[in-house]
Amino acid sequence: MQIKARSICNGVAEGEALVSADAISFFGGVDPKTGVVQEKGHSLEGKCIAGKVLVFPRGKGSTVGSYVMLQLKKNGVAPCAIINEEAEPIIVVGAIIARIPMVDKMEGSAYARITDGVRVEVDGTRGTAEIKN
Amino acid sequence: MQLSSEQQSMLEGELGGAARQSMEILCALGRIYGARNMVPITSAQVAGVSYKTIGDAGLEYLQDIASAGARVRVPTFLNPAGMDREQWQALKVPPAFAKKQLEILAAFAKMGISSTCTCTPYLVGIRPKLGEHIAWSESSAISFANSVLGARTNREGGPSALAAAICGCTPNYGLHLDENRVANLRVLVDVELKGMSDYGAMGAYAGEAAKGKTPAFIGVKGATEDRLKSLGASMAAWGSTALYFMKGITPEWNVAQGAEEITFGAQELRAMREKMGGDGKPDIIAIGCPHASLSEIEEVAEKVQGKKLATKLWVCTARKTKEAADKAGFTRTIEQAGGNVVADTCMVVCPLEEMGITHAACNSGKAAKYLTNMFKRKVVYGDVEDIVCK
Repeated sequence: MQIKARSICNGVAEGEALVSADAISFFGGVDPKTGVVQEKGHSLEGKCIAGKVLVFPRGKGSTVGSYVMLQLKKNGVAPCAIINEEAEPIIVVGAIIARIPMVDKMEGSAYARITDGVRVEVDGTRGTAEIKN
Repeated sequence: MQLSSEQQSMLEGELGGAARQSMEILCALGRIYGARNMVPITSAQVAGVSYKTIGDAGLEYLQDIASAGARVRVPTFLNPAGMDREQWQALKVPPAFAKKQLEILAAFAKMGISSTCTCTPYLVGIRPKLGEHIAWSESSAISFANSVLGARTNREGGPSALAAAICGCTPNYGLHLDENRVANLRVLVDVELKGMSDYGAMGAYAGEAAKGKTPAFIGVKGATEDRLKSLGASMAAWGSTALYFMKGITPEWNVAQGAEEITFGAQELRAMREKMGGDGKPDIIAIGCPHASLSEIEEVAEKVQGKKLATKLWVCTARKTKEAADKAGFTRTIEQAGGNVVADTCMVVCPLEEMGITHAACNSGKAAKYLTNMFKRKVVYGDVEDIVCK
């Protein structure tokens, strides 16, 4: 099922979804060496975002978060793609400098239907997300 | 989004990878904010300069993009760095920190960015005119440029301001557009504001009350440029306000029909000052947030002339302003009293904790906010004569 979304960062990637109920601050919230979420009390605390299609409402916190996304990429532990409910500048800039395909604003109620472990293909160039199973 | 042919060629990579990535950032930001086109800018100010703020993650990015051939197309300068480039050893900045800080400044220099590190570019010759579009990213400079000068800038982040500098344009939305430069909160000022710290307190109050609205002040008497600088900085720190108007003072005055109205009187001033300031013996008296003008440095010099201060005193300023203070003899007077005139940096972005400082006195509403967070205790708050001569 292919769903229309807004294109934020070009590129295509497919992976397993990891869904966060909470906004994410990459600066301080995610270990740039391991890709493990370390923010206390976060819905993804202790989980690794490496290689996942990371699905979260929006970014938060310091603008240095954009740079941390690039570090994650260089360390090979960045998500393979990002879907936001609604994008804000920290994540937008981070996705572009780290070259992580990204979309936001999926049509209808599709965003809420993505669950952990389903395979999702994000096409940031065309602005679509396909839920495979 | 509509792009000029030059902007389109940047997006397609014809002007190199760094320009392409920068244009991609601007286009994506334009999309999320609903911009229809780009607007050319006359200057850019890039924040995220202190190693304390951006760390290794930021340093690596800046080195990457500088090596990829990024070069700025408009006059571009920097927010304060984490230390004075010339006096860092004398001021006891840890050498490991200094090494990283110098690497950051070198990466910026490679991109053609001026090494002017200040939150008051408008005091050192970078003074955009009414209606000029710019991309600035230090919150007090944004407020001053928008409000006091009538130039137009959104609240840029470090990377978006850098992208704008590299492309020479910024997405046309928000405060670049007439329809968004309208106040929707009237602030009736019903108290005499005596000094800089009263302006800082009013800024803190209005910033908190505004909650994202644009304030229009009515009834302020005796506002100087230094005082407006302090007011705007405080409003931005306490409430992220990027634009305000002041009747009879600011070049723009556009207030929405039926705007909410609040009063700032003696009671509000007293309550706010109590909220901002605490007691105790500070380790440092920090003046110059935003960076001190020459007349503010002169005021400090007059107050400390012939004295020996018991507490460390920093007057933070832009390098060009310091050079003027050196010539006028103010720096020497302050140094003879045991103080320092410090350039390129400030108390908010330098590693004070690493320098063993745990309590401060200041005359700035913005510094009061940040130093209270940093030290987990309220600063001593007052005008220069209160905090220096105590």
